[in-house]
Amino acid sequence: MLKIDDLHVRVAGKEILKGLSLEVAAGEVHAIMGPNGAGKSTLGNVLAGREGYEVTAGTIEYRGRDLLALEPEERAAEGVFLAFQYPVEIPGVNNTYFLRAALNAQRRHRGEPELDSMQFLKKVREKLAVLHLKDELLHRAVNEGFSGGEKKRNEIFQLALLEPRLAILDETDSGLDIDALRMVADGVNAMRDPGRAFLVVTHYQRLLEYIVPDVVHVLADGRIVESGDKSLALKLEEHGYAWIAGRHAPAPEGAGAAG
Amino acid sequence: MATQTPTAIEIERTREPNGNAAVEAALNRRYEAGFVTDIESESLPPGLDEGVVRAISARKNEPEWMTEWRLAAFRHWLTMTPPHWAKLEIDPIDFQAISYFSQPKNRPKSLDEVDPKLLETYDKLGVPLHERARLAGVAVDAVFDSVSVGTTFRKELAAAGVIFCSISEAVREHPELVRKYLGSVVPTGDNYFAALNSAVFSDGSFVFVPRGVRCPMELSTYFRINARDTGQFERTLLIAEEGASVSYLEGCTAPMRDENQLHAAVVELVALDDASIKYSTVQNWYPGDENGVGGIYNFVTKRGDCRGARSKISWTQVETGSAITWKYPSCVLRGDDSVGEFNSVALTHHRQQADTGTKMIHIGRNTKSKIVSKGISAGRGQNTYRGLVKVEKGADGARNHTQCDSLLIGKKCGAHTFPYIEVKNPGAIVEHEATTSKISEDQLFYCRSRGIGEEDAVSMIVDGFCKQVFKELPMEFAVEAKKLLEVSLEGAVG
Repeated sequence: MLKIDDLHVRVAGKEILKGLSLEVAAGEVHAIMGPNGAGKSTLGNVLAGREGYEVTAGTIEYRGRDLLALEPEERAAEGVFLAFQYPVEIPGVNNTYFLRAALNAQRRHRGEPELDSMQFLKKVREKLAVLHLKDELLHRAVNEGFSGGEKKRNEIFQLALLEPRLAILDETDSGLDIDALRMVADGVNAMRDPGRAFLVVTHYQRLLEYIVPDVVHVLADGRIVESGDKSLALKLEEHGYAWIAGRHAPAPEGAGAAG
Repeated sequence: MATQTPTAIEIERTREPNGNAAVEAALNRRYEAGFVTDIESESLPPGLDEGVVRAISARKNEPEWMTEWRLAAFRHWLTMTPPHWAKLEIDPIDFQAISYFSQPKNRPKSLDEVDPKLLETYDKLGVPLHERARLAGVAVDAVFDSVSVGTTFRKELAAAGVIFCSISEAVREHPELVRKYLGSVVPTGDNYFAALNSAVFSDGSFVFVPRGVRCPMELSTYFRINARDTGQFERTLLIAEEGASVSYLEGCTAPMRDENQLHAAVVELVALDDASIKYSTVQNWYPGDENGVGGIYNFVTKRGDCRGARSKISWTQVETGSAITWKYPSCVLRGDDSVGEFNSVALTHHRQQADTGTKMIHIGRNTKSKIVSKGISAGRGQNTYRGLVKVEKGADGARNHTQCDSLLIGKKCGAHTFPYIEVKNPGAIVEHEATTSKISEDQLFYCRSRGIGEEDAVSMIVDGFCKQVFKELPMEFAVEAKKLLEVSLEGAVG
């Protein structure tokens, strides 16, 4: 589904990703772990197409297409979803309105018929029930005045509603208490599907107890320096990132079980 | 001393720009004579003097008192100078280069002759086909018959006792009402542009809602007969007697192309005891092009007089057009417990400049006012909020709340806020909140990452910003105002 090859990215003149390679197949959950400043968030932003992230070398192939050639909204319509580390507030814009506009824009792009209010509302109710969210969330402005936890849950709600093929979760666990974390994990697990892949970016192993990954990658200094199964996350938890740095492991090209 | 050689049907005229009374007087007679032919051509040559004022009055078959009223205003105007205090860059206006009574002679004969760009805009706004022709100034009287529509409404209104007609008609049919109220809120010498308007106003609306009557429908210039060619000097007078209520919508929501440069309207509202007036405007005059060429200079004086106790006047405006906007819809809160409101969205794009806001004058006891101003600047647009909250000595228990928000799109635009507060009563409570924000890259990227294209994202964010004001508009107006912002903001990003 996703094939990143030797990706180099600069942000504000500074090279952040320095030859990152990664392959993710449909149906898999990959975790990306790593210390602060390793380039984890950069990876998510580049995949979603944020401005200011200059790709100086390398390629990203998504479902056989050059992802970098697509605008952010085209990527979304093609099934790429980024759950933000810091979801953005849009004052005065109703959450339901926003979501319907987003879903219908994507459907238009794909040549699918748009959903009318009734159809949309039905879908919304289904997803709310699965995520145990309150109706009230719908009537508020997008993320405005939401608590940190509510914002993250809203991201997962969007994820559930937009049903992307590739979901990137950028430190969705940060700032969540244990109940919220479990809820987010439940939401993600409910969405696991042979046709869908997840890239879970996180600092801590904690989230991976709930969202069990197929592959764990360690990102350090702009490269994937180690890949393994879920036990790698536990090792990291035990020894810390210094342990990886100490091993100085060269990045295995095209790492990952998907191969 | 300027001499002009008008076309064959117009009598040669000489103009004394400084208004030398003797010369004027001598010329006036010739003008009156000269006007007969002008009626046929339905326009006066450029220039302004007493003769022109008389000619306009004569053209409208006005009674003597009305002519004198205009002349008094004109004489006052001659002693005045244009205001320079607004934060606007304006080239000096040559008032002698303007025709004060013009109905375009070379109207396009069909839609084929109309600027395709304009038609495209109508299309986006979903303006019905026959309306498009009318708005573009095409002579389509045969096609678009507003008379029948107007008549239907008129019958219903008349049954309720509501008078709704053009101001010209009111001067003839209801002189006692017009004489009583005209200029009672905005005196002829109030300011430079109000004086000019008083002298030369071409037409406008007159509304009278008698005691205890709740107007059975929203009144709108859109539905009024004769509204088609209201000139650039409209005069609107709206009176709600004791306990009456009315909602008035002004301005067509579709873009009006106007080749004339100057637009100076006056609107006067009078609310007696327990009356309430809601006045909504969507202004979308031609804003000029990307480089600031052309466009309307919009100098408007709007004032509401809450003359009676417990009366309420509420202004809501959405200003997206005009090269220059100079406009401060105000409330004089004279009656005890009266309420004034001002809700505004002003957008400036490209080279547009707006200096707009309101004045709330608290005179009566327990008077309340609320101001919500939303300014949006894009391109090289300059947007200024200028507001006065004044609490007079006797206004015990007066309260005001002002909220003033600015939104910037891009790096070359500007937002400015000049709130003036004058309080002479120590018990008054006056609150002012102001924010300035930018449409952030974060917000745009967030929307786009969910599949919403850049322009849609911008209009969504702007719409959210304006929501508080839009909800004050009647439903259909709110929808169109939103569309209008979308169209006006096209090309604002990227």
